[in-house]
Amino acid sequence: MKKEKNSGNKQAGIDLKGNSKTGMQKQKKKKGSIIIFIGIIAAAVILLALYPENRVASFQASYDLFIEFILILPAVMVLMGLFSVWVRKETVVKYLGHASGIKGLIIALIMGMMPTGPLYIAFPMASMLLKKGARVANIIIFLSAWACIKLPQELVEIRFMGIKFMIIRLGFTIIMVIMMGLFIEKIEKLSKHHITEN
Amino acid sequence: MQINNTVIIINVLAISAIGFSFYKNREKSIKALKVALMGTLNMAPAIGIILILVGLLMGFFKPELISKLLGNQSGIIGIAIASISGAILMIPSLVAFPLAASLVESGASVSVAAAFITTLTMIGFVTLPIEIKEIGKRLTFLRNGVSFIIAVSIALIMGALV
Repeated sequence: MKKEKNSGNKQAGIDLKGNSKTGMQKQKKKKGSIIIFIGIIAAAVILLALYPENRVASFQASYDLFIEFILILPAVMVLMGLFSVWVRKETVVKYLGHASGIKGLIIALIMGMMPTGPLYIAFPMASMLLKKGARVANIIIFLSAWACIKLPQELVEIRFMGIKFMIIRLGFTIIMVIMMGLFIEKIEKLSKHHITEN
Repeated sequence: MQINNTVIIINVLAISAIGFSFYKNREKSIKALKVALMGTLNMAPAIGIILILVGLLMGFFKPELISKLLGNQSGIIGIAIASISGAILMIPSLVAFPLAASLVESGASVSVAAAFITTLTMIGFVTLPIEIKEIGKRLTFLRNGVSFIIAVSIALIMGALV
């Protein structure tokens, strides 16, 4: 019961930002995405009509990715659904929220480094964690670590680029990723203040 | 191969988790499935755009073209081309590292290879639609923008160190 109320409050908090641009603007936004969508399709049709020799490779790539999506995404979404129902907000706040400090940063980094799938399945996870009260810095660190610090990938990197290349790149990437998380959180906070003031 | 493992692991995980969840609490599980369905529907348009973009990119920017573009590049222009193509393309890292190695072999500088690998992994131009949908426009652009700057700086530092 208490949890329900909490998530309701959070929802209201998010809506404060969106409320000012409901109605007309929302419709406008929708129109904008439809135009982008049609534009991309038109560009695709024109390009493929002009360069028929690239058709096979293009269709093949789209098809391969489509299959990959079908095999992966439903499972990801089901896991996200379960997460939203079973994991309590307080738990996420405790480990990844503002009070989690350095421990939270390290947890986010390690969660991202796990040998898992492609980046696009991390976005729904990030969104869910944000909704449940994780801090922005941790989410950015999680996403970036997921994107570019992968243990199996480092082994491939050693083989092809050498251990020195790998260690230096890895070291700088970890430092930069943490700095980026904190930096983006600062900006995010500043711009939020700005919005509420106006 | 990497994809196959992911597919198996994640589906086994999802099926056993939802099974366990139904065993524990039917109502909550149905709610979870509803959340999953809504999330999928929400993502569908973005996925459509991604499929088209990836098809075009893979059809028009083949790996051979990248090696040709970056083959003997070094200096700022090389790094610029490398980071931009890395940001746009979506290549699995198992293919990316051999490609980067061949770039260095054919005369590209270490910075160019590092810029290419770092933007390739950190920045997803093609997956922007999903990212925007899930974490919002501002965070998406901040993350990708800052990542780009970081990738270029890592590349420059590595050029000086390696």
